[in-house]
Amino acid sequence: MLARQVLRAMPRRSSPGGSSVNRLFSTEMTVREALNSALEEEMKRDDNVFLMGEEVAQYDGAYKITKGLWAKFGGDRVIDTPITEMGFAGIAVGAAFQGLRPVCEFMTWNFSMQAIDQVVNSAGKTYYMSGGSIDVPVVFRGPNGPAAAVAAQHSQCFAAWYGSVPGLKVVCPYDSEDARGLMKAAIRDNNPVCILENELLYGVSFAVDDAVLDPDFTVPIGKAKVMREGTDMTVVTFSKMVGFAMEAAEELAKQGISLEVVNLRTIRPYDRDTIINSVMKTNRLVTLEEGWPQSGVGAEIISFVSETAFDYLDAAPERITGADIPMPYAQGLENMCIPQVPDIVRVVSRMCQGK
Amino acid sequence: TMPRSASACRRLTPALAITFSCSAILLLQIFGAGQNPASLGAVMAPVGSMANIGVRGAMCSLPASGRVGSARVHAVETSADTKTSTKLDSETAASLYEDMNLGRKFEDATAQWYQRGKVFGFVHLGNGQEAVSAGAIKQLRKDDYICSTYRDHVHALSKGCDPKKVMAELFAKKTGICNGQGGSMHMFSEEHNMLGGFAFIGEGIPVALGAAFQTRYKKEARIDEKADQVTLAFFGDGTSNVGQFAECLNMASLYKLPIIFIVENNLWAIGMNHYRATAPSLGDQIPHIYKKGPAFGMPGVNVDGMDVVAVREAVGEAIERARAGDGPTLIEAETYRYRGHSLADPDVLRSAEEKERFAKQDPIQKFQKYCLETGLLTKEQMDEIETKVDGIVQEAIEFADESPKPDKSQLLNNVFSDPKGFGIDENGKYRYENPDFVLKSAAAGL
Repeated sequence: MLARQVLRAMPRRSSPGGSSVNRLFSTEMTVREALNSALEEEMKRDDNVFLMGEEVAQYDGAYKITKGLWAKFGGDRVIDTPITEMGFAGIAVGAAFQGLRPVCEFMTWNFSMQAIDQVVNSAGKTYYMSGGSIDVPVVFRGPNGPAAAVAAQHSQCFAAWYGSVPGLKVVCPYDSEDARGLMKAAIRDNNPVCILENELLYGVSFAVDDAVLDPDFTVPIGKAKVMREGTDMTVVTFSKMVGFAMEAAEELAKQGISLEVVNLRTIRPYDRDTIINSVMKTNRLVTLEEGWPQSGVGAEIISFVSETAFDYLDAAPERITGADIPMPYAQGLENMCIPQVPDIVRVVSRMCQGK
Repeated sequence: TMPRSASACRRLTPALAITFSCSAILLLQIFGAGQNPASLGAVMAPVGSMANIGVRGAMCSLPASGRVGSARVHAVETSADTKTSTKLDSETAASLYEDMNLGRKFEDATAQWYQRGKVFGFVHLGNGQEAVSAGAIKQLRKDDYICSTYRDHVHALSKGCDPKKVMAELFAKKTGICNGQGGSMHMFSEEHNMLGGFAFIGEGIPVALGAAFQTRYKKEARIDEKADQVTLAFFGDGTSNVGQFAECLNMASLYKLPIIFIVENNLWAIGMNHYRATAPSLGDQIPHIYKKGPAFGMPGVNVDGMDVVAVREAVGEAIERARAGDGPTLIEAETYRYRGHSLADPDVLRSAEEKERFAKQDPIQKFQKYCLETGLLTKEQMDEIETKVDGIVQEAIEFADESPKPDKSQLLNNVFSDPKGFGIDENGKYRYENPDFVLKSAAAGL
């Protein structure tokens, strides 16, 4: 099944650079533990931080991200809501207007479509509309994108949709370091932040060093991370696809192709400098995402690079995306809809011919 | 916590008094029917009146000042006393018994094959809720519509969808009712007018309303003056808090649409208990979803969802109203699900005591007893039906297992009604016609 494939594909370390950098890895931590510990520490640090969403309290979270928090902090700070996305997203926004720092969970980001007016119009635009007088320090979070055999209505990726809205910040953690750091940064940020997690990554374990365990560890929003340095091609990607890109990089290295993997971490505002610097070095660009191709994240990145660094490109940039169809239920068809490692290897090889 | 002495209260309920006051209301309603929706609105019984003291079970709002109270309870006790009130004949009883058994055995088989790795993803089973499906749907015509949520297998089967095709859909085979593209949560059938199968609760209700709307439209616009199809919209207790529920109740009343909203209140929305999620109406101790009907201008009916005879009668009356052009009804059927929310739900929040108590209310056993007592069916006839259903389910599994998986070339089917929407390639041919187009994916070779 897809989940097992993904787990096997996950690399065990998240260090930048290559083997020349030695870091002291002391702990293994799953993405779930990373998110949970980050939430707990932020709630301890600041009484204004509270959680709300469906099943977040007594059920310990539909995906167990908020496990144990209701027991620790009680029903006043971890709130089970009725099934009323538009309503409770609005409550979160209104509470944030008044200085609280809610973390509002959508059971999956698909359900945010029932509340999108609140996320985009009330959260995203208010600071602007109020002329800078009312800020909205709200965090919306939840799993995003395809899972395994959950069919069309549960499998959509929302990175491009929310990433197109000025006034929102949109982040996509990949590993445990990203998860902990971005969660803390999001909660501490005075702007509305959407955290697009990934269900299949929740159970994946990554090595983290001591700095990540610090209660004040944050990852800056708007800064990408070069997961693996390379010289022949840049792949810009985020979330689960980072792991696939890393595995593809290993395969490509055997063919003599050196792939540089850029983990965006933030979709909006995305790290233009890192991308440009990478393209200036490698001269080839491919973007990689699970979402739909039209008007996707890759479309934006490629446009930007063409506008800014066209002279540095030795080949036309391409995008690897999910298939342009609603997600089918059947496994064989679903696998065809999501980029796989052999797809990435094939495309990069082809683009590097003649190099 | 919530009052939990439901079964005790049912026995203590003064059945006669309720029957009397309910018939009085029914009479008033019959005379009052056909007026504009506003006059059918109930006057809420004053705070503190007897009517508002209630636990799960029979409850009645008594009308005040002579106006019609249209929130009422429909309770048919399944005992020998009610032989005279049943309108069932043996044939109908047999069909109901078969349908409920089909629902139960099909869902059990689905669970089994999920554990064995042949069914995937999110699967939500309807064990325990068969009486609502059979009672409501079996009396519909083929051209009537139903719309459901992700807990849709039993509804699809009751509506007449082929169990082989439903199982094949769960097994993700190309012979499935949606060619393997929809899955458990997305059962659709144009032939049987099963409108889905939706993942987000609440989103099916406007769709159902649309079916009711097109019936009325066809009639009013004289496209088909005889159009009198009705639509049943099924959803749960959690859904009664979703905005779309309120929006649809309002519009159904406003446009007087032939729709019946059926709330399958099984007390739990994943791990959220109904009493933690829904506020009671003013003056009540516990929430009653059916009371929201009158607020929106339609009758609200409470019925024991474990009693297929009662459900059938309550829904039957609502269907007659709707077909006659008298508008919508809200029916709250109190039921219970014997399995977790989905096959992935550890189901630890529901107490063993509660599960045991409701296990004793098993709708199939209840109906069995009822049929024996009233002489509608013999034990041998019921055994025969059960054997027949075992055969149907077994056949469905075999069909599903032996069916082929969807071809890779099916990937691009059914995105647009016109598959040419994928455009033209370099050779001037439609892209979807090029077999390579679909095969340009690593997984095509996997």
